[in-house]
Amino acid sequence: MSEGAAYAVKMHHVTKTFGKVTANKDVNLELRTGEILALLGENGSGKTTLMNMLSGIYFPDHGEIYVKGEEVTIRSPKDSFALGIGMIHQHFKLVDVLTAAENIVLGLGGKVTVNRREINKKVAELAQKYGFELDPSKKVYNMSVSEKQTVEILKVLYKGADILILDEPTAVLTPQETERLFNVLRNMKKDGKSIIIITHKLNEVLAISDRVAILRKGEYIGVVNTAETNQAQLTEMMVGRPISLEIDRPQAERGEKRLQVIDLTCLNGDGVKALDNVSFEAYGGEILGIAGIAGSGQRELCETIAGLYPSIGGSVLYSGDHDGVPVQERILGLKPDEIVKKGISMAFVPEDRLGMGLVAGMNMTDNVMLRSYKANKGIFVDRKAPRELAEKLIGELEIVTPGVDTPVGRLSGGNVQKVLLGREIACQPSVLIVAYPVRGLDINSSYRIYDLLNEQKKKGVAVIFIGEDLDVLMQLSDRIMVMCGGKVSGIVDPRKVTKEDIGLMMIHAEGSQSVSEDKEVTA
Amino acid sequence: MSAHTHTAQAKEPLLRMVRRDAISSQKSWGIRAAAFLLSLVTGGIVILMLGHNPISVYVSMVKGAWGSKTVIYETVKIAIPLLITAIGISFAFKMKFWNIGGEGQILVGAVAAGAFGLFTAHIFPKLPLVLLMMLAAIVAGGLYGLLPAVCKAKWGTNETLFTLMLNYIALAFIKYLMNGPWKAPGSSYPKIAMLVPGARLTKVLGVHWGWILALILVVASYIYFNKTKQGYEIAVVGESNNTARYAGINVGKVFRRTMFISGALCGLVGMLQFAGSDYTITEGTAGGVGFTAITVAWLAKMNPYGMLVVSVFIAMLERGSNAIQTQFKIPASAADLLIGIILFFMLGCEFFISYRLIGRGKEEHHA
Repeated sequence: MSEGAAYAVKMHHVTKTFGKVTANKDVNLELRTGEILALLGENGSGKTTLMNMLSGIYFPDHGEIYVKGEEVTIRSPKDSFALGIGMIHQHFKLVDVLTAAENIVLGLGGKVTVNRREINKKVAELAQKYGFELDPSKKVYNMSVSEKQTVEILKVLYKGADILILDEPTAVLTPQETERLFNVLRNMKKDGKSIIIITHKLNEVLAISDRVAILRKGEYIGVVNTAETNQAQLTEMMVGRPISLEIDRPQAERGEKRLQVIDLTCLNGDGVKALDNVSFEAYGGEILGIAGIAGSGQRELCETIAGLYPSIGGSVLYSGDHDGVPVQERILGLKPDEIVKKGISMAFVPEDRLGMGLVAGMNMTDNVMLRSYKANKGIFVDRKAPRELAEKLIGELEIVTPGVDTPVGRLSGGNVQKVLLGREIACQPSVLIVAYPVRGLDINSSYRIYDLLNEQKKKGVAVIFIGEDLDVLMQLSDRIMVMCGGKVSGIVDPRKVTKEDIGLMMIHAEGSQSVSEDKEVTA
Repeated sequence: MSAHTHTAQAKEPLLRMVRRDAISSQKSWGIRAAAFLLSLVTGGIVILMLGHNPISVYVSMVKGAWGSKTVIYETVKIAIPLLITAIGISFAFKMKFWNIGGEGQILVGAVAAGAFGLFTAHIFPKLPLVLLMMLAAIVAGGLYGLLPAVCKAKWGTNETLFTLMLNYIALAFIKYLMNGPWKAPGSSYPKIAMLVPGARLTKVLGVHWGWILALILVVASYIYFNKTKQGYEIAVVGESNNTARYAGINVGKVFRRTMFISGALCGLVGMLQFAGSDYTITEGTAGGVGFTAITVAWLAKMNPYGMLVVSVFIAMLERGSNAIQTQFKIPASAADLLIGIILFFMLGCEFFISYRLIGRGKEEHHA
């Protein structure tokens, strides 16, 4: 290995196909030694596949890979490590019951006995060198997401990697944590490490990278110097045409109170409170955004309201009308079918689309009737009406599918979401709960989803939007409820607070009480 | 592009698996036909090694299954329990509930039918007696299937182990009956008495009427799976319990209801074997049908019409293997080996229908 090679990694004409799908087509990528290269592209553009060929998870169909000036064959993650390449995946691979330091040295061989003190010291030194904050003896199950990520990064650094690949590292971080991560990355760059960061967030690309390589639909579009580009140009390269990134927030009259949640409390599998005295109200004609680090109780909140998760206290009151007759019900503790039987029209788009909202192996007709197949009398299912609805949805929402008979699991993420959201909207809800509706979707599909939510808002529906991208939440929501560790940190008006304020509330439930109180909307 | 890719390809892994997205039915049947031919060739080598002519052995296998009226009746008699058990098991398998307790459910069905058939034949006329035996077998098999479903719904027990263990319990119970309370009077060794001829199932076209029932069940289960709300619920539960809960389906209730049906159909097989074929109950009443039926259901991909074809095919192999044992003095173990080879190829070829193998240096082709 020549130490002074100008390029840490070169990928030449790399192609990878999965069945009929071409994930990467003739891609060229060059990572200079000691730079931070952002790999930008929409979801499904082949970023992760390309990087997985560097980390030894996939083997390319064509093309060559050069590392530090020499042509290499990477057949397994082991080969990849031997070349000094370390990848930090989106999903962490850590042993919960071990400490940070133990996880870091895991699988490294060495002596039979483990000198914990020495390892802790080494890890602490390494962390300090790059500016990480980490207690080496902390157990992983006690860690926040950002700490776990730190362990993952230290793990590859400890093994001596000098080429680091980070797959969407900021997706799970608060704005403050993101800034901290970026500082660490800059320190690593100073130390001579070469870094590839995969992302689709433009502001982050501009903040951290030296150069940006862009992929679109598996093809390599080009590379630009970060200093010489801007958001508009990057978007155009990424999407293929100019596009406005503004999210509309139409003015709508705030309607009646649809949902009142009072002191809702529930436990997770370990008996720890997943929701702790959560109280809020949702009104017709508004979008209530819910922000928080992943795992702060968002999933439990919507599943409890939808009758899918047990609670140990509190109440949920619904008020709406059913065919003109006012309905007021306590819905906590009711099963989903019991809620429907009470004449309550509440729609729920769960986070796990194919594992909860839809049946992957079934066609669109059968999926559309999932929530209404009991409506007709008799023992037989009626597929006629659902089929018509499915065909209507394909037309209205521009769902790309070979037809209503194709299993929905074969559709792309955006189209899957359109089927799910389309079905839920078709039942004309008065409360619509959506959890991470644009996760994994490309820009076009995402904006279509925002439009659909806004349409529902204008119709007077109470929309509860659980999101992860704070920029989107702040542009789309009328109010934002911030959650932290199962508690409500506060409910704020996104027009009156900054992203950093919300970021603080995401990590401090009690401490931020003062922030939330003076900024709470009084309507 | 190909010129400069040689170095990388030379070091490529020898074989890679690639999932197919879709395959034409023509091609998949081609693969199955090729697998069948290959199995015959492989089996032929075994036959050659035993010192026989493969072709005459195969011909005798087919003749042994379809050559005369008597053997056709025998073949159909083997196919009936296989088919009904496969249908029964597929109810559970469709919701990914791994009921491998078909054996036990057949046995308890036979015992329940025996309780009426052996001890009340002098009280009831034939028609009510047969109906009583059927009902008893259905209820007993159903309850035997219900038990693991209740425990799974309540405590999340593992249904595979549970149903498997229930098989042994049923078998031990029959041994107890044979040695104790149901031991035939006057018999010197443990066995259960024979069903009186007046209570045996009527033959229609040479075979007891179980075959008509089996054909009705094929159509009925197809309709149940594809057209009814309950069938739809089974499919949803099978794909994802979470989706089912989200859709307002009571997952535990579907488990219980479906496993009752599954066990009931297996129980019915026990009654048919007892009253239509064996006329007594032994440890061999189920005779591995509960397990072979799993193969039938999988080969047919849970499609009842497919199960009809597959169960007749397997019955033919079994009959044929009997024939070659007597005709060529081929040992039973070698005949079973032949069946095993054929089934191995037929099950194994499903892999090549779902996946393609790509050799080193080969490009991927696209249709």
